[in-house]
Amino acid sequence: MAIHQPSTLSEACALLATHNRGSDRDLAPSPLVPIAGGTDLYTHWPQRPDEHAKSYLDLSGIEELRAVRWRNDSLTLGALVTYWRLIQDRTCWSALPMLVQAARQVGAVQIQTRGTWAGNIANASPAADGVPVMMAYDAVVELVSSEGREEIPLADFYQGYKQMRMRPDQLIRSIRIPRRSFLFQRFEKVGSRNAQAITKVGVAIARSGAGWRVVANSVAPTVCRCPTIEALLDDKVTVRGPDDLATALSQDIAPIDDIRSTARYRRRVLARLLYFALRESCSAFE
Amino acid sequence: MIEVTFTLNGSPTTVQVDDTERLLDTLRDRLALPGTKEGCGEGECGSCTVYVDGLPANACLIPTFQVKGRGVETVESLDPARLAPLHESGATQCGACTPGVALTALWILDQPELLKTHSLRELMAGNLCRCTGYNGIIEGIRKGLTEQAAREGRD
Ligand SMILES: Cc1cc2nc3c(=O)[nH]c(=O)nc-3n(C[C@H](O)[C@H](O)[C@H](O)COP(=O)(O)OP(=O)(O)OC[C@H]3O[C@@H](n4cnc5c(N)ncnc54)[C@H](O)[C@@H]3O)c2cc1C
Ligand code: FES
Ligand code: FES
Repeated sequence: MAIHQPSTLSEACALLATHNRGSDRDLAPSPLVPIAGGTDLYTHWPQRPDEHAKSYLDLSGIEELRAVRWRNDSLTLGALVTYWRLIQDRTCWSALPMLVQAARQVGAVQIQTRGTWAGNIANASPAADGVPVMMAYDAVVELVSSEGREEIPLADFYQGYKQMRMRPDQLIRSIRIPRRSFLFQRFEKVGSRNAQAITKVGVAIARSGAGWRVVANSVAPTVCRCPTIEALLDDKVTVRGPDDLATALSQDIAPIDDIRSTARYRRRVLARLLYFALRESCSAFE
Repeated sequence: MIEVTFTLNGSPTTVQVDDTERLLDTLRDRLALPGTKEGCGEGECGSCTVYVDGLPANACLIPTFQVKGRGVETVESLDPARLAPLHESGATQCGACTPGVALTALWILDQPELLKTHSLRELMAGNLCRCTGYNGIIEGIRKGLTEQAAREGRD
C-alpha cells in the first residue's frame, strides 16, 4: 500500500496517468484508488484486508476542489464539496432545494460533514440519494485527466451496475447544475427509519421549462430517469390512482429483492410516492 | 509507516502511523486518548465522534493520513463543567455512547442557530444510544441551551 497526497489537481492527474493508464498496466505499480470523504471506502475497514493492500490517492488536500460557485445560471460544486456545506448554504435552500432535502437524509450529521457529492456519484450505488436529485436537475459531471477535460450529463453517466463512463485515470473535478425556475420539485426517500437508513425506494421529481424529470433510486441497477413516466406527465395523460402508473413504471424500472426490500414493495411504493406527490400539482391526476 | 502532523486538542502533534490506520485507532492506541469509543465501525453509531476542523465526524471512517494539517478535538478536550446538564438529565447510563453524545451536544450548544433549521433529534441522529431512550439526552441539551441563554442574558 502507498498513500499519495497531492495538493494540486495537476499533480493528482499526473499520478493517475502513471499508475492508472490502460496500456502499460502490467508494468505500472498498483492502480490508485481516489479517496475523498472516505465514508464509503472506510466502512468496516478492519474487516476488509484486501482494501488495505491497495494504494490510495487522497484528494482531501486539493483545496481547489472545495469551491462552491454560484452563477446566475448555474451552481458548480467542486469534487470535495460535502453535504453539510450545502445544508449551510441558504442560497441552495431557495435555488436548488432538493439538494438540501437529499443532503439532510444522507446518514446523519457526522456523515454529512465528510461525505461528498462527487463521492456519491463515483461510488455508483443504485441507492445513492445525492444522485437522483442531481440527475433531476440535469447535472453535468466534469471529468479531468492529464489528457484534458470532458463533460458528461449525469443522466448518461451510468452504463450498468457500478459501470460508469469514467476511465481509471480520470477524476470527477466538478458537478455543474443549471439553475432554472421550477414549477414543481420534490425528493421522497423511503427507508426503514428517518435517519441512518439506506433507501429502499426513492424518487426526485422536477418540472421546469425543460419539461418533467422523474429520477428513481434503488429500483434498477443504477439510479435512473423514468422516461415513460416523464412522457406521460408531459402528455397530461389522465391518472386515476397509483395503479394507473404501474404499467408505465414497469418500462422504466427493474427492481429486485435484496436485504433491504422486495421488488414488489418497491414497485408499489414508487407508484404511490409518485401519485401522491404529483396529485398536488397535476390537473391530470384525479 | 507514514508521518502525520496535525493539531490535537489544541496542541501540535506528530505521530507515525500505519498507512492503513484509522484515526480512531491512532487516538486510542498511539496517543493514549481512549475516550473516543468504537461501537459499530461503520459510521452509524457515533460513539467515535470527534471534531475535525470544528465539525463532528466519525473517527472510524477517517484514515489518519487525512487529518494531516487539520485540527482534531476529542472528548478529552471538553470542559467537564459544560456536561453537567447532561448528567443531571439522565443522558447517560452505560456510557458507551456518551463521549460521542457529549461532542455532538456541545457542538449544538456552541451554535444554537442550527436549531433555526434543524430539530435537536435530527442533529443527534448520528449518535445511537442503547440505554437512555434518548429523552434524557434531548432534555439535557435543552437544559444546557436554557442555562446558556440565561447566562448570556445576564452578561
Ligand atoms: C453510516 C453511513 C450512512 C450513509 N448513508 C447514506 C445515505 O443515506 N444516502 C447515500 O446516498 N449515501 C449514504 N452513505 C454513503 C456515503 O456517505 C455517500 O455515498 C458519500 O457521498 C460518499 O462520499 P465520500 O466522499 O465519503 O466517498 P469516498 O468513500 O471517499 O469514495 C467513494 C467512491 O468514490 C470514488 N471517488 C471519490 N471522489 C472521487 C472523485 N473526485 N473522482 C473520482 N472518483 C472519486 C472513490 O474512489 C470511491 O470509489 C452512507 C455511508 C455511511 C457510512
Ligand atoms: S464506531 Fe464509528 S460510528 Fe460507530
Ligand atoms: S448510555 Fe448506554 S449506549 Fe447510551
